[in-house]
Amino acid sequence: MGKIRTPYLLLLPGFGFLFTFFILPILNLAQTSTQTPVGGGDTGQYEQTFRFQNYIDAFLDNKEQFARSFIYAIIATILALMISYPLAYAIAFKAGKYKNFLLVLVVAPFFTSFLLRTVAWKQILGEEGFVVPTLRSLGIISQSTTLTSTSFAVVMGMTYNFLPFMTLPLYASIDRIDPRTLEASGDLYANAFTTFRKVTLPLSMPGVVAGTLLTFIPAAGDYVNASILGSPNTKMIGNVIESRYFKIVDYPTAAALSFTLMAAILILVTIYIRKAGTEELV
Amino acid sequence: MSFDASTARGDLILTRITKSYGDFKAVDDLSLTIPKGSFFALLGPSGCGKTTTLRMIAGLEEPTVGSIHLGETDITTTKPYQRPINTVFQNYALFPHLTIFENIAFGLRRRGFKDVDAEVNKVLNLVELPHLASRKPTQLSGGQQQRIALARAIVNRPALLLLDEPLGALDLKLRRQMQIELKWIQKEVGLTFVHVTHDQEEAMTMADTIAVMNEGQIEQMGSPADLYDNPETAFVANFLGQSNLIKGTISGNDGDSLVADLYGQKISLPKSRSHATDNSIYAGIRPEKFRISLLNTPVSGNVLSGGHIEDVSYIGVSTQYQVAMPWGQELIVFEQNDDGVAPFKKGDAVNISWEPIFTFALRGDEDVTAGSEVNPEVLDEE
Amino acid sequence: MSKKIADPTIPKIPAAAKFQRWFGRNLIRVYMVIAFTYLFIPVAYTFAFSFNDAGKSNLIWKGFTFRNWQNPCGAPEVCSALANSIKIGFLATLFATILGTMIAFAIGRHQFKGRSTSNLLIFLPMATPEIVLGASLLSLFLVFKINPGFWPTVIAHVMFCISFVVVTVKARIASLDPRLEQAAMDLYANEFETFRRVTLPLVAPGIAGAALLAFSLSFDDFIITNFNSGTVITFPKFVYTAAARGIPAQANVIGSGMFFLALAIVLAGQFVNGRKAR
Repeated sequence: MGKIRTPYLLLLPGFGFLFTFFILPILNLAQTSTQTPVGGGDTGQYEQTFRFQNYIDAFLDNKEQFARSFIYAIIATILALMISYPLAYAIAFKAGKYKNFLLVLVVAPFFTSFLLRTVAWKQILGEEGFVVPTLRSLGIISQSTTLTSTSFAVVMGMTYNFLPFMTLPLYASIDRIDPRTLEASGDLYANAFTTFRKVTLPLSMPGVVAGTLLTFIPAAGDYVNASILGSPNTKMIGNVIESRYFKIVDYPTAAALSFTLMAAILILVTIYIRKAGTEELV
Repeated sequence: MSFDASTARGDLILTRITKSYGDFKAVDDLSLTIPKGSFFALLGPSGCGKTTTLRMIAGLEEPTVGSIHLGETDITTTKPYQRPINTVFQNYALFPHLTIFENIAFGLRRRGFKDVDAEVNKVLNLVELPHLASRKPTQLSGGQQQRIALARAIVNRPALLLLDEPLGALDLKLRRQMQIELKWIQKEVGLTFVHVTHDQEEAMTMADTIAVMNEGQIEQMGSPADLYDNPETAFVANFLGQSNLIKGTISGNDGDSLVADLYGQKISLPKSRSHATDNSIYAGIRPEKFRISLLNTPVSGNVLSGGHIEDVSYIGVSTQYQVAMPWGQELIVFEQNDDGVAPFKKGDAVNISWEPIFTFALRGDEDVTAGSEVNPEVLDEE
Repeated sequence: MSKKIADPTIPKIPAAAKFQRWFGRNLIRVYMVIAFTYLFIPVAYTFAFSFNDAGKSNLIWKGFTFRNWQNPCGAPEVCSALANSIKIGFLATLFATILGTMIAFAIGRHQFKGRSTSNLLIFLPMATPEIVLGASLLSLFLVFKINPGFWPTVIAHVMFCISFVVVTVKARIASLDPRLEQAAMDLYANEFETFRRVTLPLVAPGIAGAALLAFSLSFDDFIITNFNSGTVITFPKFVYTAAARGIPAQANVIGSGMFFLALAIVLAGQFVNGRKAR
């Protein structure tokens, strides 16, 4: 016992698994991304030619979808943060003995399959749902305006689906704040807004960073919301990768797109963490 | 499997123990004998190495060099569960998933003890909490948890019981009560107790012998009265209570006494209480040993004249004066309030006197602030 | 009581200040009601339409019926998809929990070379978009001429669940007071006994929570599953494909059933924990 070997023995099976089914596939994907079709071969047959031009082609052909993915994901992340922060704050500081119960309520909707809920939104916002006719009769939207198959529906669906990833880390870090520090801030001549800006927000920054990352990363790679709630005009990069794989069987482009997506996310996340970590955001 | 030392009995002997973490020596060449059956306290500020020493005795750390013996048996490298030594942990470390009964029975069951029920009930009665057997630790108050932690350790009848700041989490009143109780239980069960604390009052109340530790070494060891009345270093003088340390030189020799010159005024002190190595000394007098008198009142013993009252604080049982002396030092004096009102006012010109026997002398090159800047009540929380 | 309040010598709180206080308190309540309504609208919709007396397409409300609840397997493929999801979820949870717990103990309880690399390896799968995980794993299977299907899906799920298990269990291990294990050793328990009687029981709630999380992640996963499951239809895949032509009301029954089951498990867990704490 207590030997130097123990931790390695514990790690071996799990890391062996992760190496085989996570690292190896990523490396393999990297290899695939520079392949080209075999001359005169069937669809789906590729050979290694180290054609890095694949990346440029893939990006230039799909820059619109790339841009859309990141814009949608950023908007959804900001909306989720705006909705979640007051909610997490209220649960942490104002819920008293109902704290745990309310936390369960935050998670509970996610016990229903996320596809079912997304489809439910499609039907609620659809022509046969009650929202559109109500808004039309009230004159808030014109007779020809629809809510589904729009960017609005896709972003709303993404915001909704990733909300607990935002709320839970936010709650965790706000709940750790000693309420006496807020009272102390008030005692030292800060009004409610200044207290929030100078005390609450900086102290909850770890939760804000974790929550925005946990929302942004899956949102940027998502294609389910765009498929169900969107239209061909709202296609995201995930839709392209999926169709390259299954419909066009163009593995190199799909692989190149996957890598470009990952790299873009990594760069953005690194910049964001640097910013959030070293400077005050407000 | 290491050697099983569980039947070892006798005095605990630490021989030249050093524990280093990189360049830092937590314990530095420490030798110590703790006699069987005694109530022994390791006293010192946080970071002095007392907890490391305790953990090495418990087997939770191994010394870098040196040996630990229990009677004839070398236990330096045996595992904690192979030693007949039990610990009352700081914050108790009661198992939250087990009942009080199972917490106490834990050690007995691990050793395959036969009559677990009877032993557990006996010790529950000893700590006067038999009605809590089926509760969980979180349902108990701090004082109750403390007693259960004690019961969980002593039920094993260890050769040595280690107490790591056992009363630190209790409030003052409860702490005083538990001090008396612990002392009584130690007599009752007749075990050797080794008590680690930063609280000098707690150590003095309970222990027969106190070892004062500082920077990984034992500064002085002795009975509470010994350490208080005859400290050998400025650290001990300041860490155990308050001291007035006045710079001076030895100017004469008078039988059992020495004569010292303190800023031109002659006093005498017993040779047995001088720890100076040359003529340069600090004369030390505890604040409650001083008496204050107005200029024309006759006084006996050692006298320092020319002071005047700088500040008066009424504390209840006593009054604390700060007396400014002609050489610029302020002396602290405690006067018992046994005659009703505080008789001296700020600005009064006074003499200070005391019995020569109450004087001790430290080396003149000592740091007079050693041990005093440490506020033991504030430090310690880890 | 009335006498004292009516006493004119007691200074009154000004009405404006009272209103401000009332507004502050209630604004947050109103906000919470709106937020929770938003969260629960699709759940309520799904539940309501599980009682719809619809034929194949469950789009328009046609009338109330219990028929869908009496026969949840009535629609073709619904129950086989559910069974597949449960089977995959169970197996993925089992393996991911075992492997993840072992890693969590290694990282949480030991100092060793490569610890920070290990943490990175755990973090990476969580930071990789699902579509990349799914696509890359499929590429690998294709290279080795393994056809997508049931076991590739299980493998894929274990892969993305491990990290979540590690993080959950590690947090529990980190919150464990090391003195409890020292106390056990002090009380004559050797390393194995200490692990069995103190460490494991105290970490168990974390492992249980991690397993629940792994199961729900696996059960709800669509993107990775879509890449690696081939012809095997899981419940989310069923809903996705059915979405185009209208989802049968039986799917709503199953979705709502899962909702209430999970809610019951979580509330029961909280109740037990609350009991223990008292």
